[in-house]
Amino acid sequence: MLHPVTTTHYLVLGAALLAIGTIGVLARRNIVVILMAIELILNAVNINLIAFSRYLGQVQGQVFAIFVITVAVAEAAVGLGILIALFRNKETVQADEIDLLKW
Amino acid sequence: MWLETLFFYLFAAVTLTGAVLTVTRRSPVHSALSLILALIGVAGLFLLQKAEFLFAVQIVLYVGGIMVLFLFVIMLVNLDQAARLRQFNRQWALALACVLAVAAEVVYVLARGAGAFRYAAPAEAPRAGNVEQVADALFKQYLLPFELASILLLAAIVGGVIMARKRS
Repeated sequence: MLHPVTTTHYLVLGAALLAIGTIGVLARRNIVVILMAIELILNAVNINLIAFSRYLGQVQGQVFAIFVITVAVAEAAVGLGILIALFRNKETVQADEIDLLKW
Repeated sequence: MWLETLFFYLFAAVTLTGAVLTVTRRSPVHSALSLILALIGVAGLFLLQKAEFLFAVQIVLYVGGIMVLFLFVIMLVNLDQAARLRQFNRQWALALACVLAVAAEVVYVLARGAGAFRYAAPAEAPRAGNVEQVADALFKQYLLPFELASILLLAAIVGGVIMARKRS
Protein backbone atom coordinates (compact mmCIF):
# COMPACT_ATOMS: atom_id res chain seq x y z
CA MET A 1 0.00 0.00 0.00
CA LEU A 2 1.84 3.12 1.14
CA HIS A 3 5.41 3.38 -0.08
CA PRO A 4 8.14 4.33 2.42
CA VAL A 5 9.18 7.97 2.34
CA THR A 6 12.50 8.55 0.58
CA THR A 7 14.74 11.59 0.48
CA THR A 8 13.33 12.35 -2.97
CA HIS A 9 9.89 12.94 -1.43
CA TYR A 10 11.33 15.67 0.75
CA LEU A 11 13.29 17.19 -2.13
CA VAL A 12 10.18 17.36 -4.33
CA LEU A 13 8.25 18.95 -1.46
CA GLY A 14 11.05 21.48 -1.02
CA ALA A 15 10.99 22.28 -4.75
CA ALA A 16 7.21 22.78 -4.64
CA LEU A 17 7.49 25.10 -1.62
CA LEU A 18 10.29 27.03 -3.37
CA ALA A 19 8.11 27.45 -6.48
CA ILE A 20 5.13 28.72 -4.47
CA GLY A 21 7.36 31.16 -2.59
CA THR A 22 8.94 32.40 -5.82
CA ILE A 23 5.52 33.02 -7.35
CA GLY A 24 4.64 35.02 -4.25
CA VAL A 25 7.79 37.14 -4.53
CA LEU A 26 7.39 37.75 -8.26
CA ALA A 27 3.65 38.26 -8.62
CA ARG A 28 2.32 39.87 -5.44
CA ARG A 29 2.18 43.64 -5.01
CA ASN A 30 1.91 43.86 -1.21
CA ILE A 31 5.38 44.08 0.33
CA VAL A 32 4.27 42.34 3.55
CA VAL A 33 3.17 39.29 1.56
CA ILE A 34 6.43 39.39 -0.43
CA LEU A 35 8.39 39.17 2.84
CA MET A 36 6.21 36.22 3.90
CA ALA A 37 6.94 34.49 0.59
CA ILE A 38 10.68 34.94 1.26
CA GLU A 39 10.13 33.10 4.55
CA LEU A 40 8.50 30.28 2.56
CA ILE A 41 11.57 30.06 0.29
CA LEU A 42 13.93 29.87 3.27
CA ASN A 43 11.78 27.10 4.78
CA ALA A 44 12.07 25.15 1.52
CA VAL A 45 15.85 25.42 1.86
CA ASN A 46 15.60 24.14 5.44
CA ILE A 47 13.54 21.13 4.37
CA ASN A 48 16.25 20.18 1.88
CA LEU A 49 19.02 20.65 4.44
CA ILE A 50 17.27 18.46 7.01
CA ALA A 51 16.50 15.80 4.41
CA PHE A 52 20.16 15.53 3.42
CA SER A 53 21.21 15.66 7.07
CA ARG A 54 19.04 12.61 7.72
CA TYR A 55 20.17 10.88 4.53
CA LEU A 56 23.86 11.25 5.37
CA GLY A 57 23.36 10.49 9.06
CA GLN A 58 25.16 13.70 10.00
CA VAL A 59 24.10 16.67 12.08
CA GLN A 60 25.87 19.37 10.06
CA GLY A 61 22.80 20.02 7.93
CA GLN A 62 20.80 20.88 11.05
CA VAL A 63 23.51 23.31 12.18
CA PHE A 64 23.36 24.99 8.78
CA ALA A 65 19.56 25.16 9.04
CA ILE A 66 20.00 27.04 12.34
CA PHE A 67 22.16 29.58 10.51
CA VAL A 68 19.52 29.89 7.78
CA ILE A 69 16.89 30.59 10.44
CA THR A 70 19.18 33.24 11.96
CA VAL A 71 19.52 34.97 8.60
CA ALA A 72 15.74 34.74 8.12
CA VAL A 73 15.16 36.48 11.45
CA ALA A 74 17.62 39.27 10.59
CA GLU A 75 16.06 39.67 7.14
CA ALA A 76 12.53 39.86 8.54
CA ALA A 77 13.48 42.43 11.18
CA VAL A 78 15.34 44.74 8.79
CA GLY A 79 12.79 44.24 6.00
CA LEU A 80 9.85 45.13 8.23
CA GLY A 81 11.77 48.15 9.56
CA ILE A 82 12.33 49.34 5.99
CA LEU A 83 8.63 48.73 5.29
CA ILE A 84 7.59 50.94 8.21
CA ALA A 85 9.97 53.73 7.07
CA LEU A 86 8.64 53.36 3.52
CA PHE A 87 5.03 53.55 4.61
CA ARG A 88 5.76 56.63 6.69
CA ASN A 89 7.28 58.42 3.69
CA LYS A 90 5.23 57.19 0.72
CA GLU A 91 1.93 56.03 2.31
CA THR A 92 1.92 52.88 0.18
CA VAL A 93 2.90 49.23 0.54
CA GLN A 94 2.52 48.32 -3.14
CA ALA A 95 5.83 47.14 -4.56
CA ASP A 96 5.24 48.48 -8.09
CA GLU A 97 4.35 51.97 -6.90
CA ILE A 98 7.81 52.41 -5.36
CA ASP A 99 9.75 53.20 -8.55
CA LEU A 100 11.82 56.22 -7.53
CA LEU A 101 15.06 54.71 -8.87
CA LYS A 102 13.43 53.07 -11.86
CA TRP A 103 12.96 55.87 -14.38
CA MET B 1 6.82 2.49 8.43
CA TRP B 2 3.43 3.23 6.88
CA LEU B 3 2.63 5.51 9.80
CA GLU B 4 5.64 7.68 8.90
CA THR B 5 4.45 7.82 5.29
CA LEU B 6 0.98 8.81 6.44
CA PHE B 7 2.34 11.61 8.60
CA PHE B 8 4.66 12.77 5.82
CA TYR B 9 1.73 13.24 3.45
CA LEU B 10 -0.32 14.87 6.21
CA PHE B 11 2.40 17.43 7.04
CA ALA B 12 3.19 17.97 3.35
CA ALA B 13 -0.49 18.71 2.67
CA VAL B 14 -0.60 21.14 5.62
CA THR B 15 2.58 22.88 4.41
CA LEU B 16 1.51 23.23 0.78
CA THR B 17 -2.03 24.32 1.69
CA GLY B 18 -0.66 27.00 4.01
CA ALA B 19 1.86 28.14 1.40
CA VAL B 20 -0.72 28.45 -1.39
CA LEU B 21 -3.11 30.34 0.89
CA THR B 22 -0.26 32.65 1.98
CA VAL B 23 0.45 33.64 -1.60
CA THR B 24 -3.15 33.96 -2.75
CA ARG B 25 -5.11 35.52 0.13
CA ARG B 26 -6.21 39.13 -0.26
CA SER B 27 -5.92 40.23 3.37
CA PRO B 28 -2.36 40.25 4.79
CA VAL B 29 -3.66 39.03 8.16
CA HIS B 30 -5.10 35.95 6.47
CA SER B 31 -1.76 35.49 4.69
CA ALA B 32 0.08 35.66 8.01
CA LEU B 33 -2.22 33.08 9.61
CA SER B 34 -1.82 30.78 6.59
CA LEU B 35 1.95 31.20 6.86
CA ILE B 36 1.71 30.01 10.48
CA LEU B 37 -0.06 26.89 9.16
CA ALA B 38 2.72 26.29 6.62
CA LEU B 39 5.45 26.80 9.24
CA ILE B 40 3.79 24.33 11.62
CA GLY B 41 3.68 21.79 8.77
CA VAL B 42 7.41 22.30 8.19
CA ALA B 43 8.00 21.84 11.93
CA GLY B 44 6.17 18.49 11.75
CA LEU B 45 8.41 17.47 8.85
CA PHE B 46 11.45 18.31 11.00
CA LEU B 47 10.07 16.07 13.73
CA LEU B 48 9.58 13.24 11.21
CA GLN B 49 13.25 13.58 10.20
CA LYS B 50 14.36 13.21 13.84
CA ALA B 51 15.52 16.84 14.10
CA GLU B 52 13.83 17.51 17.42
CA PHE B 53 15.86 20.60 18.27
CA LEU B 54 14.97 22.29 14.98
CA PHE B 55 11.32 21.36 15.56
CA ALA B 56 11.38 23.32 18.81
CA VAL B 57 13.33 26.19 17.21
CA GLN B 58 10.83 26.34 14.34
CA ILE B 59 7.86 26.57 16.69
CA VAL B 60 9.41 29.02 19.16
CA LEU B 61 11.29 31.26 16.74
CA TYR B 62 9.17 31.25 13.59
CA VAL B 63 5.63 30.74 14.87
CA GLY B 64 6.26 32.56 18.14
CA GLY B 65 8.71 35.26 17.10
CA ILE B 66 8.73 36.16 13.43
CA MET B 67 4.98 35.80 12.98
CA VAL B 68 4.27 38.09 15.95
CA LEU B 69 6.64 40.60 14.32
CA PHE B 70 4.69 40.32 11.05
CA LEU B 71 1.35 40.74 12.80
CA PHE B 72 2.63 43.79 14.72
CA VAL B 73 3.79 45.43 11.50
CA ILE B 74 0.45 44.64 9.84
CA MET B 75 -1.21 46.46 12.75
CA LEU B 76 1.19 49.43 12.52
CA VAL B 77 0.86 49.83 8.76
CA ASN B 78 -2.62 50.65 7.55
CA LEU B 79 -3.38 47.92 5.01
CA ASP B 80 -7.14 48.35 4.73
CA GLN B 81 -7.11 50.19 1.43
CA ALA B 82 -4.25 48.03 0.15
CA ALA B 83 -6.49 44.96 0.53
CA ARG B 84 -9.01 46.54 -1.83
CA LEU B 85 -6.48 47.16 -4.61
CA ARG B 86 -5.28 44.79 -7.31
CA GLN B 87 -3.25 42.06 -5.56
CA PHE B 88 -1.07 40.78 -8.40
CA ASN B 89 1.14 42.87 -10.64
CA ARG B 90 0.82 42.96 -14.43
CA GLN B 91 3.51 40.34 -15.09
CA TRP B 92 1.94 37.66 -12.89
CA ALA B 93 1.11 35.31 -15.79
CA LEU B 94 4.68 35.46 -17.09
CA ALA B 95 6.04 34.89 -13.57
CA LEU B 96 3.72 31.91 -13.08
CA ALA B 97 4.79 30.36 -16.41
CA CYS B 98 8.51 30.80 -15.68
CA VAL B 99 8.25 29.40 -12.16
CA LEU B 100 6.18 26.41 -13.29
CA ALA B 101 8.75 25.68 -16.02
CA VAL B 102 11.62 25.76 -13.50
CA ALA B 103 9.65 23.65 -11.00
CA ALA B 104 8.85 21.06 -13.68
CA GLU B 105 12.52 20.93 -14.60
CA VAL B 106 13.59 20.44 -10.97
CA VAL B 107 11.00 17.71 -10.38
CA TYR B 108 12.07 15.98 -13.62
CA VAL B 109 15.73 15.98 -12.58
CA LEU B 110 14.84 14.73 -9.09
CA ALA B 111 12.67 11.96 -10.53
CA ARG B 112 15.50 10.91 -12.88
CA GLY B 113 17.89 10.65 -9.93
CA ALA B 114 15.36 9.11 -7.53
CA GLY B 115 17.11 5.73 -7.65
CA ALA B 116 20.24 7.26 -6.15
CA PHE B 117 18.52 7.70 -2.78
CA ARG B 118 17.84 4.70 -0.64
CA TYR B 119 14.85 4.67 1.65
CA ALA B 120 15.38 7.27 4.33
CA ALA B 121 16.14 4.86 7.12
CA PRO B 122 18.41 6.18 9.88
CA ALA B 123 22.04 5.33 9.18
CA GLU B 124 22.80 4.01 12.67
CA ALA B 125 21.46 4.41 16.15
CA PRO B 126 22.59 7.87 17.31
CA ARG B 127 25.09 7.90 20.13
CA ALA B 128 23.53 10.83 21.92
CA GLY B 129 20.29 12.78 21.70
CA ASN B 130 19.66 15.21 18.88
CA VAL B 131 20.14 18.31 21.02
CA GLU B 132 23.51 17.07 22.31
CA GLN B 133 24.68 16.29 18.78
CA VAL B 134 23.63 19.71 17.46
CA ALA B 135 25.29 21.44 20.41
CA ASP B 136 28.49 19.44 19.86
CA ALA B 137 28.69 20.48 16.22
CA LEU B 138 27.59 24.06 16.88
CA PHE B 139 29.94 24.87 19.75
CA LYS B 140 33.02 22.90 18.61
CA GLN B 141 33.16 22.68 14.83
CA TYR B 142 31.12 25.78 13.99
CA LEU B 143 31.99 28.10 16.86
CA LEU B 144 33.27 30.95 14.67
CA PRO B 145 30.19 31.03 12.37
CA PHE B 146 28.04 30.91 15.51
CA GLU B 147 29.72 34.02 16.90
CA LEU B 148 29.48 35.73 13.51
CA ALA B 149 25.75 35.00 13.52
CA SER B 150 25.46 36.89 16.80
CA ILE B 151 27.16 39.90 15.17
CA LEU B 152 24.68 39.62 12.28
CA LEU B 153 21.80 39.64 14.75
CA LEU B 154 23.26 42.71 16.48
CA ALA B 155 23.49 44.50 13.12
CA ALA B 156 19.88 43.49 12.38
CA ILE B 157 18.70 44.87 15.73
CA VAL B 158 20.46 48.21 15.17
CA GLY B 159 19.28 48.36 11.55
CA GLY B 160 15.69 47.56 12.46
CA VAL B 161 15.60 50.25 15.16
CA ILE B 162 17.18 52.89 12.90
CA MET B 163 14.85 52.07 10.00
CA ALA B 164 11.66 52.10 12.05
CA ARG B 165 12.57 55.13 14.20
CA LYS B 166 10.60 58.32 13.70
CA ARG B 167 12.74 61.10 12.27
CA SER B 168 12.55 64.13 14.55
